[in-house]
Amino acid sequence: MKLSKMISVELQKAVVELDEGVLEKIREAYAIESAAAEASRGSRSSLAVLDAILNNLAQAKEQSLPMCQDTGMFLVFVDVGRACPLSLAEIEAEILEGCASAVEEAYFRRSVVIEPVFERINTQNNLPPVIWWNLVEGSGLKIQVLLKGFGSENCSSVRMLNPTGGEEAIINAVAEIVAAAGGKPCPPIFVGVGLGGSMDRAAYLSKRALLRDVRITHPEKQYAELEGKILARLQRLGIGSGGLGGMITALHVAIAYESTHIAGLPLAVSINCWADRKATIVWEGDDA
Amino acid sequence: MRELALPLSIEDIASLKAYDQVLLTGPLYVGRDQVHKRLFDLIHQGEPLPISLDGETIYYMGPSPAPEGKLIGACGPTTSARMDPFSPLLLDHGLKIMIGKGPRSREVALAIERNKAIYLQAFGGCGALYASTVRAVTTVAFPDLGPEALLRLEVERFPVIVAIDSLLGSVFTR
Repeated sequence: MKLSKMISVELQKAVVELDEGVLEKIREAYAIESAAAEASRGSRSSLAVLDAILNNLAQAKEQSLPMCQDTGMFLVFVDVGRACPLSLAEIEAEILEGCASAVEEAYFRRSVVIEPVFERINTQNNLPPVIWWNLVEGSGLKIQVLLKGFGSENCSSVRMLNPTGGEEAIINAVAEIVAAAGGKPCPPIFVGVGLGGSMDRAAYLSKRALLRDVRITHPEKQYAELEGKILARLQRLGIGSGGLGGMITALHVAIAYESTHIAGLPLAVSINCWADRKATIVWEGDDA
Repeated sequence: MRELALPLSIEDIASLKAYDQVLLTGPLYVGRDQVHKRLFDLIHQGEPLPISLDGETIYYMGPSPAPEGKLIGACGPTTSARMDPFSPLLLDHGLKIMIGKGPRSREVALAIERNKAIYLQAFGGCGALYASTVRAVTTVAFPDLGPEALLRLEVERFPVIVAIDSLLGSVFTR
């Protein structure tokens, strides 16, 4: 299949259906709030929200409609093998064609404006996507796309922490950012935490963290444990589904880190709504 | 669960309390960021509004396009906080019922109390669910805004939770 077609098909699916890992997390939250519902008004309200979410997902599938009217902005992460036979220009053209085709075929909302301040004229096709290029070993190509809603993106944030702050500074900063977000980003949320690099690189890493399968923790034990500590702290905020209170505020926390400067500990938090929509396209040598 | 007709009567609004779950049936207006900015500017300039806000309902939403044979695409609520700078003036000009998602500013809460109005929360992200409640769609004003135009919808059994009631009972202050 042509690369643009593969991209289009996966995006059309991602706007209607969530992947199994994300569904598992929502069902787990449902079970936890159910168990607490008798004693807690917050959990009863959260349960009503989670019930609506599951009902909505069934409706989206049945009606072939986007699950949410904010079909997001295309954030595209391209891992290109150094020996990949496709040129970057060819890959870029396929990405643009694939995105534009999905917008038409799956009735995405036109949500992208040309410039941010003055006229804010709609581009009418959700292009351009935001594209990050990353060189990797091998001859293959992996394209991952986040359909990033902006109710949640407006709650994302960057902090430049003190390098001696350690775990505690990180846990506190993430909790402050999520507390400030409250019910705005459509909780229960998914949280990507980027650590290290520079200010902009931390922000990029926080998005890469969101791409990870939510059933998997960080491969390094210390970071996996830190993810667990952050998650536990976020649940104690009691924001709950829809911001109505309850046991579950976040469904998953994922960290991605890189090297950084001796004077710094950049931290970025990308917040995603429960509708954690993403697509992965792996190309291994068909005709583009 | 209570079922009520839109627009809500003064008595209905007074009887609703934070956390109440309600199914709404009837007409409502749809407007989000740019509609709010325009209505706000028109009021400030002393110009007539394209609609009467008196006793009315505004739902913060911008739908995805309607597939062929459907009335509307996904149509769940957008984040209400972005309307906070504009809502007090609209409430003071007759608006009674706001539907969106997430917390509101103190200024909006005070305007709710002053005008005996109400803020209802729809289920965030549930665009397909809300599409199934829509019975009619009309573009009323500002068609140049595309997905942000001012619409009139007829809805049937549209689910909401009372988020801030007319006496300032709130799901957001715990």
